[in-house]
Amino acid sequence: MPEGYLAISIFAVCAMALPIVLLVAAKLVRPSAPASTKMEPYECGIPPVSDARGRYTVRFYIIAILFVIFDVETIFLFPWAVRFKQLGWFGVAEVAVFLAILIVGYIWAYKKGALEWV
Amino acid sequence: MNGLYQLAVVFGVLVVALTIAAGLIWLERRLLALWQDRYGPNRVGPFGLFQVLADMIKIFTKEDWTAPFADKATFILAPAIIVVTVLLSFAVVPFAPGIVVADLDIGLLFFLGMSSLGVYSVVLAGWSSDNKYSLLGGMRAAAQMLSYEVFMGLSLMGVVVLAGSFSLTAIVEAQRNLWFVVPQFLGFLLFMIAGIAETRRLPFDLPEAESELIAGYHAEYSGMKFGMFFVGEYLGIILISSMITVLFFGGWLGPVLPGIVWFLIKVFFFIAFFILLRAALPRPRFDQLMSWGWKVMLPLTLANVLVTGALVLAFA
Repeated sequence: MPEGYLAISIFAVCAMALPIVLLVAAKLVRPSAPASTKMEPYECGIPPVSDARGRYTVRFYIIAILFVIFDVETIFLFPWAVRFKQLGWFGVAEVAVFLAILIVGYIWAYKKGALEWV
Repeated sequence: MNGLYQLAVVFGVLVVALTIAAGLIWLERRLLALWQDRYGPNRVGPFGLFQVLADMIKIFTKEDWTAPFADKATFILAPAIIVVTVLLSFAVVPFAPGIVVADLDIGLLFFLGMSSLGVYSVVLAGWSSDNKYSLLGGMRAAAQMLSYEVFMGLSLMGVVVLAGSFSLTAIVEAQRNLWFVVPQFLGFLLFMIAGIAETRRLPFDLPEAESELIAGYHAEYSGMKFGMFFVGEYLGIILISSMITVLFFGGWLGPVLPGIVWFLIKVFFFIAFFILLRAALPRPRFDQLMSWGWKVMLPLTLANVLVTGALVLAFA
């Protein structure tokens, strides 16, 4: 295993131990005074009428789909960026074609109103 | 480097990051007070510095209840995720030559990956709380962080093209003659906006917008669990400031003073700038934030990638 990953593993273990230590330490010193009014979801003092996990707007799904498309695009672009000088103009031209295809899709999504949030 | 030195760096980075995060709570309140023409905390100790200790004692001794209607496991897991993922990102940040936990070849990708994982924290917190405000905040956070993560990755493409490496140490070394903020000024602006949105700082703190969503995804949190969200947010500010310094402002490079001092000066400059933004700017509406991202940021980042590539080749 390369040296860097050993250090990062130790770092990761310490970082993961931190919240556990904090929560356990706080548990030892904090008071506990449960009361029935504390056991309700906070809704500005009005008794809650329904479960919170209901339906919400479809916009969030559209954003998730857009994210998948453009984040995968980012992943495809990174290898080009790091080998940029070796690939030269051929690489730039190919990325331009790749982006052009995506931009057609982007314009279509724009026209369809996928980017509107109302 | 030998093992003992590495171990010292590992614990040094952890302790320094957490200490600065705690100190920031005081610094932010003092600076906000300065810019809003008030005093801020000035009673406990010199300049109110011991306010940090007082707040720590307070947060440890506050009642910390797990809501009975909440999904217990994820409710506790959510604040832990934000602290761990942000702390892990610090593993690849080079503070000075040799002072880095692990100089990975994929450092930049590691940072982007860890900041993606941070989304889980707020979404799980909002979902598990079973509170309408929390759920709205969590969904907003998901949409906002996912969107701006795309622009964050794309805005860094120009830096990678110029440096030819993902290793953050190599990126700093590549800026010996010219800081990347000059050829990549647009990239810097886009990265900074995306960074503020990723850390959910004002003016982009819509997931917790206290005037409309009370506290958004952490409305049901109290005591230490709330404290962990708080620490996570301040660690996030330090991380984004460090990344701006490393990627665009030459990291530890600078005349006369030792590298680590230059690094800290630059980082604190950006931290103060973020606090100034909070003091100066109002919050946009959520639809404005999303359409700004997808209609302005995305075309600009894509154009930046192509233009940077073409210009670098033309002048090479």
